[in-house]
Amino acid sequence: MENEILIKKGAEAELYKSTWMNREVVIKRRKSKSYRNPDLDRYIRVHRTSLEAKLLSDARKLGVPTPIVYDVDLNNTQIIMSFIRGPPLKNLIPKMNKEYMKKTFIEIGRLVGLLHKGGIVHGDLTTSNMLIQNDMIFFIDFGLGDYTKDIEARGVDIHLMRRAIESLYYEFSEYAYESFIVGYKEIMLDEANDILKRVIEIRKRGRYVEGDRHK
Amino acid sequence: MKIYIMGIESTAHTFGCGIITSNGEILSNVKSEYIPPSGGIHPREASQHHSQKALSVIKKALEEAKISLYDIDGVAISLGPGLGPCLRTGATIARAIALLINKPLIPVNHCVAHIEIGRLITKEEDPLVVYVSGGNTIISAFSDGRYRVFGETLDIALGNCLDVFARHLGLPHPGVPKLEALADKGKNFIFLPYIVKGQDVSYSGLLTTAIKYIGKYDSCDLSMSLLETAYGMLAEVTERALAHTEKTSLLLTGGVARSLRLQRILKSVCEEHSARFHVVPPELAGDNGAMIAWTGYLAYKENITIPIESSFIKQRWRLDEVEIPWRMRY
Repeated sequence: MENEILIKKGAEAELYKSTWMNREVVIKRRKSKSYRNPDLDRYIRVHRTSLEAKLLSDARKLGVPTPIVYDVDLNNTQIIMSFIRGPPLKNLIPKMNKEYMKKTFIEIGRLVGLLHKGGIVHGDLTTSNMLIQNDMIFFIDFGLGDYTKDIEARGVDIHLMRRAIESLYYEFSEYAYESFIVGYKEIMLDEANDILKRVIEIRKRGRYVEGDRHK
Repeated sequence: MKIYIMGIESTAHTFGCGIITSNGEILSNVKSEYIPPSGGIHPREASQHHSQKALSVIKKALEEAKISLYDIDGVAISLGPGLGPCLRTGATIARAIALLINKPLIPVNHCVAHIEIGRLITKEEDPLVVYVSGGNTIISAFSDGRYRVFGETLDIALGNCLDVFARHLGLPHPGVPKLEALADKGKNFIFLPYIVKGQDVSYSGLLTTAIKYIGKYDSCDLSMSLLETAYGMLAEVTERALAHTEKTSLLLTGGVARSLRLQRILKSVCEEHSARFHVVPPELAGDNGAMIAWTGYLAYKENITIPIESSFIKQRWRLDEVEIPWRMRY
Protein backbone atom coordinates (compact mmCIF):
# COMPACT_ATOMS: atom_id res chain seq x y z
CA MET A 1 0.00 0.00 0.00
CA GLU A 2 1.01 3.59 -0.43
CA ASN A 3 2.18 5.81 2.38
CA GLU A 4 3.21 3.01 4.62
CA ILE A 5 5.22 4.16 7.61
CA LEU A 6 7.14 1.48 9.48
CA ILE A 7 6.25 1.77 13.15
CA LYS A 8 7.72 -1.43 14.53
CA LYS A 9 10.05 -4.14 13.30
CA GLY A 10 9.60 -7.21 15.44
CA ALA A 11 11.25 -10.59 15.15
CA GLU A 12 8.28 -12.09 13.39
CA ALA A 13 6.36 -9.30 11.76
CA GLU A 14 6.57 -5.68 10.72
CA LEU A 15 3.95 -3.08 11.62
CA TYR A 16 3.12 -0.24 9.26
CA LYS A 17 0.81 2.69 9.73
CA SER A 18 -1.21 3.61 6.68
CA THR A 19 -4.67 4.58 5.47
CA TRP A 20 -7.19 2.19 3.99
CA MET A 21 -10.64 3.29 2.72
CA ASN A 22 -10.09 6.63 4.46
CA ARG A 23 -9.37 4.98 7.76
CA GLU A 24 -6.23 5.10 9.84
CA VAL A 25 -4.97 1.53 9.91
CA VAL A 26 -2.11 -0.66 11.01
CA ILE A 27 -0.78 -3.33 8.70
CA LYS A 28 0.84 -6.30 10.35
CA ARG A 29 2.90 -8.15 7.79
CA ARG A 30 4.72 -11.40 8.40
CA LYS A 31 7.90 -11.41 6.39
CA SER A 32 9.44 -14.43 4.78
CA LYS A 33 12.49 -15.81 6.56
CA SER A 34 15.36 -16.79 4.33
CA TYR A 35 16.71 -19.22 6.94
CA ARG A 36 13.58 -21.38 6.86
CA ASN A 37 12.63 -24.05 4.38
CA PRO A 38 10.31 -22.23 1.90
CA ASP A 39 7.41 -24.70 2.35
CA LEU A 40 7.65 -24.51 6.11
CA ASP A 41 8.05 -20.73 6.00
CA ARG A 42 4.91 -20.27 3.92
CA TYR A 43 2.90 -22.60 6.14
CA ILE A 44 3.92 -20.85 9.35
CA ARG A 45 3.18 -17.38 8.03
CA VAL A 46 -0.22 -18.28 6.57
CA HIS A 47 -1.24 -20.28 9.62
CA ARG A 48 -0.25 -17.57 12.10
CA THR A 49 -1.76 -14.73 10.12
CA SER A 50 -5.12 -16.45 9.88
CA LEU A 51 -5.01 -17.56 13.52
CA GLU A 52 -4.19 -14.09 14.75
CA ALA A 53 -6.98 -12.50 12.71
CA LYS A 54 -9.49 -14.97 14.16
CA LEU A 55 -8.23 -14.41 17.69
CA LEU A 56 -8.47 -10.64 17.34
CA SER A 57 -12.08 -10.72 16.23
CA ASP A 58 -13.14 -13.52 18.59
CA ALA A 59 -11.61 -11.66 21.54
CA ARG A 60 -13.69 -8.67 20.53
CA LYS A 61 -16.83 -10.81 20.49
CA LEU A 62 -16.02 -11.86 24.06
CA GLY A 63 -16.06 -8.20 25.10
CA VAL A 64 -12.32 -7.57 25.10
CA PRO A 65 -11.40 -4.41 23.16
CA THR A 66 -9.04 -5.25 20.28
CA PRO A 67 -8.29 -3.56 16.97
CA ILE A 68 -11.00 -4.19 14.37
CA VAL A 69 -9.80 -6.50 11.63
CA TYR A 70 -10.60 -4.93 8.25
CA ASP A 71 -8.82 -7.30 5.94
CA VAL A 72 -6.83 -10.52 6.03
CA ASP A 73 -4.58 -11.10 3.05
CA LEU A 74 -3.04 -14.56 3.15
CA ASN A 75 -1.11 -14.05 -0.08
CA ASN A 76 0.86 -11.26 1.47
CA THR A 77 0.43 -12.75 4.97
CA GLN A 78 -0.84 -9.50 6.37
CA ILE A 79 -3.68 -8.20 8.51
CA ILE A 80 -5.13 -4.72 8.12
CA MET A 81 -6.67 -3.48 11.36
CA SER A 82 -7.83 -0.31 12.99
CA PHE A 83 -5.16 1.97 14.43
CA ILE A 84 -5.24 2.36 18.20
CA ARG A 85 -3.49 5.52 19.24
CA GLY A 86 -2.49 4.42 22.71
CA PRO A 87 -0.52 5.19 24.85
CA PRO A 88 0.66 1.77 26.02
CA LEU A 89 -0.16 0.94 29.62
CA LYS A 90 3.57 0.68 30.23
CA ASN A 91 3.94 4.46 29.84
CA LEU A 92 1.00 5.26 32.10
CA ILE A 93 1.85 3.08 35.08
CA PRO A 94 4.55 5.34 36.58
CA LYS A 95 2.07 8.23 36.60
CA MET A 96 -0.77 6.30 38.20
CA ASN A 97 -2.02 6.94 41.71
CA LYS A 98 -2.93 3.96 43.83
CA GLU A 99 -6.66 4.23 43.31
CA TYR A 100 -6.44 4.50 39.54
CA MET A 101 -3.97 1.64 39.43
CA LYS A 102 -6.34 -0.55 41.40
CA LYS A 103 -9.20 0.25 39.04
CA THR A 104 -7.04 -0.40 35.97
CA PHE A 105 -5.69 -3.75 37.12
CA ILE A 106 -9.11 -4.99 38.22
CA GLU A 107 -10.29 -4.19 34.70
CA ILE A 108 -7.28 -5.96 33.13
CA GLY A 109 -8.03 -8.97 35.34
CA ARG A 110 -11.62 -8.96 34.10
CA LEU A 111 -10.53 -8.75 30.46
CA VAL A 112 -8.06 -11.62 30.81
CA GLY A 113 -10.83 -13.55 32.59
CA LEU A 114 -13.16 -12.93 29.64
CA LEU A 115 -10.53 -14.21 27.22
CA HIS A 116 -9.83 -17.32 29.26
CA LYS A 117 -13.48 -18.08 29.89
CA GLY A 118 -14.06 -17.79 26.15
CA GLY A 119 -11.28 -20.28 25.44
CA ILE A 120 -8.54 -17.91 24.33
CA VAL A 121 -5.07 -17.33 25.73
CA HIS A 122 -3.11 -14.28 24.66
CA GLY A 123 0.37 -15.75 25.01
CA ASP A 124 2.25 -12.48 25.49
CA LEU A 125 0.49 -10.41 28.15
CA THR A 126 2.77 -7.49 28.80
CA THR A 127 2.04 -3.87 29.57
CA SER A 128 3.33 -2.92 26.10
CA ASN A 129 0.61 -5.05 24.54
CA MET A 130 -2.18 -3.09 26.21
CA LEU A 131 -3.12 0.31 24.84
CA ILE A 132 -5.34 2.81 26.59
CA GLN A 133 -7.72 4.80 24.46
CA ASN A 134 -10.94 6.57 25.50
CA ASP A 135 -10.66 4.90 28.92
CA MET A 136 -10.76 1.50 27.30
CA ILE A 137 -7.96 -1.02 27.53
CA PHE A 138 -7.19 -2.52 24.12
CA PHE A 139 -5.33 -5.82 23.88
CA ILE A 140 -3.06 -6.05 20.86
CA ASP A 141 -0.63 -8.56 19.34
CA PHE A 142 -2.22 -12.00 19.51
CA GLY A 143 0.71 -13.43 17.56
CA LEU A 144 1.46 -15.95 20.29
CA GLY A 145 -2.18 -16.56 21.20
CA ASP A 146 -4.18 -19.75 20.89
CA TYR A 147 -7.56 -21.35 21.39
CA THR A 148 -7.21 -23.42 24.54
CA LYS A 149 -8.72 -23.97 27.97
CA ASP A 150 -5.54 -25.70 29.15
CA ILE A 151 -4.65 -24.80 32.74
CA GLU A 152 -0.95 -24.55 31.92
CA ALA A 153 -1.49 -22.12 29.05
CA ARG A 154 -3.78 -19.96 31.15
CA GLY A 155 -1.33 -20.12 34.04
CA VAL A 156 1.54 -18.99 31.80
CA ASP A 157 -0.59 -16.06 30.64
CA ILE A 158 -1.08 -14.89 34.20
CA HIS A 159 2.51 -15.60 35.15
CA LEU A 160 3.74 -13.41 32.29
CA MET A 161 1.35 -10.66 33.33
CA ARG A 162 2.68 -10.83 36.86
CA ARG A 163 6.27 -10.65 35.67
CA ALA A 164 5.49 -7.66 33.51
CA ILE A 165 3.94 -5.89 36.50
CA GLU A 166 6.92 -6.70 38.72
CA SER A 167 9.51 -5.54 36.24
CA LEU A 168 7.84 -2.16 35.89
CA TYR A 169 6.53 -1.17 39.21
CA TYR A 170 8.22 -3.09 41.90
CA GLU A 171 7.02 -1.05 44.85
CA PHE A 172 3.32 -1.56 44.21
CA SER A 173 3.58 -4.74 42.18
CA GLU A 174 1.87 -6.89 44.77
CA TYR A 175 -0.96 -4.44 45.12
CA ALA A 176 -1.38 -4.31 41.32
CA TYR A 177 -1.28 -8.10 41.04
CA GLU A 178 -3.84 -8.51 43.82
CA SER A 179 -6.15 -6.10 42.02
CA PHE A 180 -5.65 -8.09 38.83
CA ILE A 181 -6.66 -11.28 40.66
CA VAL A 182 -9.82 -9.61 42.02
CA GLY A 183 -10.95 -8.83 38.47
CA TYR A 184 -9.87 -12.23 37.15
CA LYS A 185 -11.80 -14.10 39.84
CA GLU A 186 -14.87 -11.97 39.24
CA ILE A 187 -15.13 -13.54 35.79
CA MET A 188 -13.54 -16.95 36.26
CA LEU A 189 -15.16 -17.71 39.65
CA ASP A 190 -14.08 -21.07 41.10
CA GLU A 191 -12.28 -22.01 37.91
CA ALA A 192 -9.64 -19.46 38.88
CA ASN A 193 -8.40 -21.49 41.86
CA ASP A 194 -6.67 -24.28 39.92
CA ILE A 195 -5.17 -21.78 37.52
CA LEU A 196 -3.77 -19.58 40.30
CA LYS A 197 -2.31 -22.67 41.95
CA ARG A 198 -0.60 -23.43 38.65
CA VAL A 199 0.78 -19.88 38.53
CA ILE A 200 2.58 -20.52 41.81
CA GLU A 201 3.93 -23.80 40.41
CA ILE A 202 5.15 -22.12 37.23
CA ARG A 203 6.93 -19.50 39.31
CA LYS A 204 8.57 -22.17 41.44
CA ARG A 205 10.04 -23.81 38.38
CA GLY A 206 12.63 -21.16 38.94
CA ARG A 207 12.65 -20.03 35.40
CA TYR A 208 12.75 -16.34 36.11
CA VAL A 209 13.27 -15.94 39.82
CA GLU A 210 15.72 -17.11 42.46
CA GLY A 211 16.12 -20.85 42.32
CA ASP A 212 14.71 -22.11 45.57
CA ARG A 213 13.32 -25.17 43.88
CA HIS A 214 16.06 -27.53 44.94
CA LYS A 215 16.86 -26.21 48.37
CA MET B 1 51.95 -14.05 39.67
CA LYS B 2 50.35 -16.60 37.41
CA ILE B 3 47.57 -18.68 38.86
CA TYR B 4 46.93 -22.22 37.62
CA ILE B 5 43.46 -23.74 37.83
CA MET B 6 42.57 -27.34 37.04
CA GLY B 7 39.03 -27.99 35.86
CA ILE B 8 37.27 -31.33 35.94
CA GLU B 9 34.23 -32.07 33.81
CA SER B 10 32.10 -35.20 34.12
CA THR B 11 28.47 -34.17 33.78
CA ALA B 12 27.55 -36.63 31.02
CA HIS B 13 29.44 -38.74 28.46
CA THR B 14 32.74 -36.85 28.66
CA PHE B 15 35.39 -37.00 31.33
CA GLY B 16 37.64 -34.01 30.84
CA CYS B 17 40.51 -32.30 32.59
CA GLY B 18 41.80 -28.91 31.57
CA ILE B 19 44.41 -26.56 32.97
CA ILE B 20 44.38 -22.83 32.41
CA THR B 21 46.28 -19.85 33.70
CA SER B 22 45.00 -16.55 35.02
CA ASN B 23 45.92 -15.04 31.62
CA GLY B 24 43.35 -17.23 29.95
CA GLU B 25 45.95 -19.49 28.35
CA ILE B 26 44.68 -23.03 27.89
CA LEU B 27 47.69 -25.16 28.83
CA SER B 28 45.89 -28.44 28.28
CA ASN B 29 42.44 -29.77 27.56
CA VAL B 30 42.27 -33.55 27.63
CA LYS B 31 39.13 -35.60 27.40
CA SER B 32 37.78 -39.09 27.04
CA GLU B 33 34.30 -39.58 25.72
CA TYR B 34 32.14 -42.57 26.62
CA ILE B 35 30.60 -44.09 23.51
CA PRO B 36 27.97 -46.70 24.30
CA PRO B 37 28.27 -49.97 22.32
CA SER B 38 24.59 -49.55 21.42
CA GLY B 39 21.69 -47.29 22.37
CA GLY B 40 21.98 -44.16 24.47
CA ILE B 41 24.12 -43.29 27.48
CA HIS B 42 23.48 -45.35 30.57
CA PRO B 43 24.52 -43.10 33.47
CA ARG B 44 26.09 -45.93 35.47
CA GLU B 45 28.09 -47.23 32.53
CA ALA B 46 29.28 -43.71 31.70
CA SER B 47 30.36 -43.16 35.30
CA GLN B 48 32.33 -46.43 35.21
CA HIS B 49 34.06 -45.19 32.10
CA HIS B 50 34.91 -41.95 33.91
CA SER B 51 36.44 -43.67 36.91
CA GLN B 52 38.51 -45.90 34.62
CA LYS B 53 39.81 -43.04 32.49
CA ALA B 54 40.13 -40.30 35.11
CA LEU B 55 43.70 -41.00 36.15
CA SER B 56 45.14 -41.16 32.64
CA VAL B 57 43.22 -38.05 31.53
CA ILE B 58 44.43 -36.01 34.51
CA LYS B 59 48.03 -37.25 34.10
CA LYS B 60 48.01 -36.35 30.43
CA ALA B 61 46.57 -32.90 31.21
CA LEU B 62 49.42 -32.22 33.67
CA GLU B 63 52.04 -33.53 31.22
CA GLU B 64 50.74 -31.38 28.36
CA ALA B 65 50.60 -28.34 30.64
CA LYS B 66 54.17 -29.12 31.78
CA ILE B 67 53.37 -28.45 35.41
CA SER B 68 53.20 -30.53 38.55
CA LEU B 69 49.99 -31.26 40.43
CA TYR B 70 51.40 -29.13 43.26
CA ASP B 71 51.58 -26.04 41.01
CA ILE B 72 47.79 -25.99 40.84
CA ASP B 73 46.17 -23.17 42.84
CA GLY B 74 42.62 -24.44 42.81
CA VAL B 75 40.51 -27.34 41.58
CA ALA B 76 37.32 -26.41 39.74
CA ILE B 77 34.60 -29.01 39.52
CA SER B 78 31.48 -29.05 37.41
CA LEU B 79 28.87 -29.85 40.08
CA GLY B 80 25.89 -29.81 37.72
CA PRO B 81 23.59 -29.98 35.92
CA GLY B 82 24.07 -33.50 34.67
CA LEU B 83 23.73 -37.22 35.29
CA GLY B 84 24.01 -38.16 38.98
CA PRO B 85 26.49 -41.06 38.81
CA CYS B 86 28.74 -39.17 36.37
CA LEU B 87 28.73 -36.01 38.50
CA ARG B 88 29.54 -38.01 41.63
CA THR B 89 32.54 -39.66 39.99
CA GLY B 90 34.02 -36.34 38.89
CA ALA B 91 33.26 -34.66 42.21
CA THR B 92 34.92 -37.45 44.19
CA ILE B 93 38.09 -37.12 42.11
CA ALA B 94 38.14 -33.33 42.37
CA ARG B 95 37.64 -33.42 46.13
CA ALA B 96 40.48 -35.94 46.51
CA ILE B 97 42.87 -33.77 44.47
CA ALA B 98 41.93 -30.62 46.39
CA LEU B 99 42.54 -32.39 49.69
CA LEU B 100 45.81 -33.91 48.45
CA ILE B 101 47.33 -30.61 47.35
CA ASN B 102 45.53 -28.63 50.06
CA LYS B 103 44.04 -26.10 47.63
CA PRO B 104 40.46 -24.81 47.39
CA LEU B 105 37.69 -26.63 45.61
CA ILE B 106 35.74 -24.30 43.28
CA PRO B 107 32.12 -25.08 42.35
CA VAL B 108 31.28 -24.45 38.70
CA ASN B 109 27.96 -24.62 36.88
CA HIS B 110 28.41 -26.54 33.63
CA CYS B 111 26.19 -24.19 31.60
CA VAL B 112 27.93 -21.06 32.89
CA ALA B 113 31.24 -22.67 31.85
CA HIS B 114 30.03 -23.16 28.27
CA ILE B 115 29.26 -19.45 28.11
CA GLU B 116 32.46 -18.22 29.79
CA ILE B 117 34.82 -20.22 27.58
CA GLY B 118 32.94 -18.90 24.57
CA ARG B 119 33.38 -15.33 25.76
CA LEU B 120 37.08 -15.94 26.38
CA ILE B 121 37.69 -17.41 22.93
CA THR B 122 35.61 -14.99 20.88
CA LYS B 123 36.43 -11.90 22.98
CA GLU B 124 32.76 -10.95 22.84
CA GLU B 125 31.91 -9.17 26.05
CA ASP B 126 28.15 -9.52 26.03
CA PRO B 127 26.73 -11.93 23.45
CA LEU B 128 23.37 -13.64 23.23
CA VAL B 129 24.23 -17.30 23.81
CA VAL B 130 22.67 -20.27 22.04
CA TYR B 131 23.78 -23.41 23.86
CA VAL B 132 22.69 -26.63 22.22
CA SER B 133 23.85 -30.10 23.18
CA GLY B 134 22.57 -33.58 23.98
CA GLY B 135 21.29 -32.42 27.34
CA ASN B 136 20.66 -28.69 27.00
CA THR B 137 18.90 -26.27 24.68
CA ILE B 138 19.18 -22.77 26.13
CA ILE B 139 19.08 -19.24 24.81
CA SER B 140 20.59 -16.96 27.37
CA ALA B 141 21.86 -13.45 27.87
CA PHE B 142 23.43 -11.67 30.80
CA SER B 143 21.20 -9.26 32.66
CA ASP B 144 21.32 -7.89 36.17
CA GLY B 145 23.95 -10.18 37.63
CA ARG B 146 22.92 -13.48 36.07
CA TYR B 147 22.70 -15.40 32.84
CA ARG B 148 18.98 -15.18 32.24
CA VAL B 149 17.21 -17.84 30.27
CA PHE B 150 15.28 -16.24 27.40
CA GLY B 151 14.23 -19.48 25.84
CA GLU B 152 14.75 -23.16 26.37
CA THR B 153 13.34 -26.55 25.56
CA LEU B 154 10.22 -27.55 27.45
CA ASP B 155 11.10 -31.24 27.19
CA ILE B 156 14.04 -32.92 25.45
CA ALA B 157 17.19 -31.23 24.17
CA LEU B 158 17.88 -30.62 20.48
CA GLY B 159 20.86 -33.00 20.46
CA ASN B 160 18.84 -35.68 22.17
CA CYS B 161 16.05 -35.38 19.58
CA LEU B 162 18.50 -35.72 16.66
CA ASP B 163 20.57 -38.51 18.27
CA VAL B 164 17.54 -40.66 19.04
CA PHE B 165 16.15 -40.19 15.55
CA ALA B 166 19.53 -41.09 14.03
CA ARG B 167 19.62 -44.28 16.12
CA HIS B 168 16.15 -45.21 14.90
CA LEU B 169 17.41 -44.81 11.34
CA GLY B 170 20.23 -47.17 12.26
CA LEU B 171 22.98 -44.56 11.98
CA PRO B 172 25.99 -45.26 14.23
CA HIS B 173 27.37 -42.75 16.73
CA PRO B 174 27.88 -39.83 16.18
CA GLY B 175 24.55 -39.68 14.42
CA VAL B 176 24.06 -35.98 13.69
CA PRO B 177 26.74 -35.57 10.97
CA LYS B 178 25.37 -38.65 9.18
CA LEU B 179 21.85 -37.31 9.55
CA GLU B 180 22.99 -34.06 7.96
CA ALA B 181 24.61 -35.93 5.07
CA LEU B 182 21.28 -37.69 4.41
CA ALA B 183 19.44 -34.38 4.73
CA ASP B 184 21.64 -32.83 2.03
CA LYS B 185 20.09 -35.32 -0.40
CA GLY B 186 16.52 -34.60 0.73
CA LYS B 187 14.21 -32.94 -1.79
CA ASN B 188 10.62 -32.98 -0.53
CA PHE B 189 9.65 -31.27 2.66
CA ILE B 190 7.40 -33.29 4.97
CA PHE B 191 5.39 -31.36 7.57
CA LEU B 192 6.29 -32.31 11.12
CA PRO B 193 5.11 -30.75 14.41
CA TYR B 194 6.67 -27.29 14.61
CA ILE B 195 6.21 -26.31 18.26
CA VAL B 196 7.23 -22.89 19.50
CA LYS B 197 5.55 -21.63 22.65
CA GLY B 198 6.46 -18.03 23.19
CA GLN B 199 10.21 -18.09 23.72
CA ASP B 200 10.41 -21.84 24.19
CA VAL B 201 10.61 -24.88 21.95
CA SER B 202 9.37 -28.43 22.37
CA TYR B 203 11.07 -31.30 20.55
CA SER B 204 9.42 -34.42 21.94
CA GLY B 205 6.37 -34.38 19.66
CA LEU B 206 8.59 -33.70 16.67
CA LEU B 207 10.76 -36.69 17.52
CA THR B 208 7.81 -39.05 18.04
CA THR B 209 6.25 -38.08 14.72
CA ALA B 210 9.54 -38.30 12.83
CA ILE B 211 10.15 -41.81 14.20
CA LYS B 212 6.61 -42.85 13.22
CA TYR B 213 7.29 -41.70 9.66
CA ILE B 214 10.40 -43.88 9.25
CA GLY B 215 9.66 -46.36 6.47
CA LYS B 216 6.69 -44.35 5.23
CA TYR B 217 8.82 -41.61 3.74
CA ASP B 218 12.20 -41.44 2.10
CA SER B 219 14.95 -41.24 4.76
CA CYS B 220 16.66 -38.31 3.04
CA ASP B 221 13.44 -36.30 2.84
CA LEU B 222 12.59 -37.16 6.42
CA SER B 223 16.05 -36.22 7.73
CA MET B 224 15.97 -32.95 5.83
CA SER B 225 12.49 -32.14 7.17
CA LEU B 226 13.42 -33.03 10.74
CA LEU B 227 16.52 -30.82 10.68
CA GLU B 228 14.76 -27.94 8.94
CA THR B 229 11.92 -28.07 11.48
CA ALA B 230 14.12 -28.50 14.57
CA TYR B 231 16.64 -25.84 13.53
CA GLY B 232 13.87 -23.54 12.26
CA MET B 233 12.21 -23.61 15.68
CA LEU B 234 15.51 -22.75 17.35
CA ALA B 235 16.17 -19.98 14.83
CA GLU B 236 12.79 -18.44 15.51
CA VAL B 237 13.22 -18.22 19.28
CA THR B 238 16.80 -17.05 18.77
CA GLU B 239 15.60 -14.27 16.53
CA ARG B 240 12.97 -13.28 19.06
CA ALA B 241 15.58 -13.17 21.83
CA LEU B 242 17.95 -11.16 19.63
CA ALA B 243 15.22 -8.62 18.85
CA HIS B 244 14.16 -8.45 22.48
CA THR B 245 17.58 -8.18 24.13
CA GLU B 246 19.12 -6.09 21.33
CA LYS B 247 22.46 -7.81 21.82
CA THR B 248 24.91 -7.10 19.02
CA SER B 249 26.50 -10.54 18.87
CA LEU B 250 25.54 -14.17 19.06
CA LEU B 251 27.58 -17.04 20.41
CA LEU B 252 26.73 -20.59 19.35
CA THR B 253 28.10 -23.32 21.62
CA GLY B 254 27.51 -26.87 22.87
CA GLY B 255 27.95 -30.17 21.06
CA VAL B 256 25.38 -29.40 18.35
CA ALA B 257 27.21 -26.13 17.55
CA ARG B 258 29.41 -28.05 15.12
CA SER B 259 26.46 -28.57 12.77
CA LEU B 260 27.24 -26.55 9.63
CA ARG B 261 23.56 -26.43 8.72
CA LEU B 262 22.67 -24.89 12.07
CA GLN B 263 25.59 -22.46 11.81
CA ARG B 264 24.37 -21.32 8.40
CA ILE B 265 20.83 -20.78 9.68
CA LEU B 266 21.82 -18.80 12.78
CA LYS B 267 24.32 -16.77 10.78
CA SER B 268 21.46 -15.71 8.53
CA VAL B 269 19.39 -14.73 11.59
CA CYS B 270 22.30 -12.58 12.75
CA GLU B 271 22.63 -10.90 9.37
CA GLU B 272 19.00 -9.82 9.52
CA HIS B 273 19.58 -8.18 12.87
CA SER B 274 23.08 -6.85 12.12
CA ALA B 275 24.60 -8.97 14.87
CA ARG B 276 28.03 -10.60 14.80
CA PHE B 277 27.96 -14.39 14.65
CA HIS B 278 30.46 -16.60 16.47
CA VAL B 279 30.70 -20.31 16.86
CA VAL B 280 32.91 -21.85 19.53
CA PRO B 281 35.43 -24.32 18.03
CA PRO B 282 34.40 -27.99 18.56
CA GLU B 283 37.06 -28.88 21.15
CA LEU B 284 35.79 -26.09 23.39
CA ALA B 285 32.12 -26.18 22.36
CA GLY B 286 31.61 -29.79 23.43
CA ASP B 287 31.97 -30.73 27.10
CA ASN B 288 35.55 -30.19 28.26
CA GLY B 289 37.70 -29.51 31.30
CA ALA B 290 39.23 -26.24 30.10
CA MET B 291 35.90 -24.42 30.28
CA ILE B 292 35.44 -25.60 33.87
CA ALA B 293 38.98 -24.46 34.72
CA TRP B 294 38.48 -21.01 33.18
CA THR B 295 35.14 -20.45 34.91
CA GLY B 296 36.74 -21.79 38.07
CA TYR B 297 39.38 -19.10 37.77
CA LEU B 298 36.73 -16.37 37.38
CA ALA B 299 35.00 -17.66 40.51
CA TYR B 300 38.31 -18.08 42.39
CA LYS B 301 39.06 -14.40 41.80
CA GLU B 302 35.77 -13.61 43.54
CA ASN B 303 36.65 -15.94 46.43
CA ILE B 304 33.98 -18.42 45.47
CA THR B 305 35.12 -21.77 46.87
CA ILE B 306 33.26 -24.59 48.56
CA PRO B 307 34.19 -26.68 51.61
CA ILE B 308 34.65 -30.36 50.75
CA GLU B 309 31.94 -31.45 53.18
CA SER B 310 29.26 -29.36 51.50
CA SER B 311 30.36 -29.86 47.88
CA PHE B 312 27.24 -31.76 46.89
CA ILE B 313 26.45 -32.35 43.27
CA LYS B 314 23.40 -30.58 41.84
CA GLN B 315 21.80 -32.63 39.09
CA ARG B 316 19.29 -29.94 38.18
CA TRP B 317 21.34 -26.82 38.86
CA ARG B 318 19.83 -24.20 36.58
CA LEU B 319 21.93 -21.66 34.71
CA ASP B 320 19.85 -18.75 35.99
CA GLU B 321 20.32 -19.71 39.64
CA VAL B 322 23.99 -18.76 39.56
CA GLU B 323 25.19 -15.30 40.57
CA ILE B 324 27.86 -13.97 38.22
CA PRO B 325 29.82 -11.46 40.34
CA TRP B 326 32.72 -11.25 37.86
CA ARG B 327 30.59 -9.42 35.35
CA MET B 328 29.58 -5.81 35.68
CA ARG B 329 26.00 -5.24 36.69
CA TYR B 330 24.02 -3.26 34.18
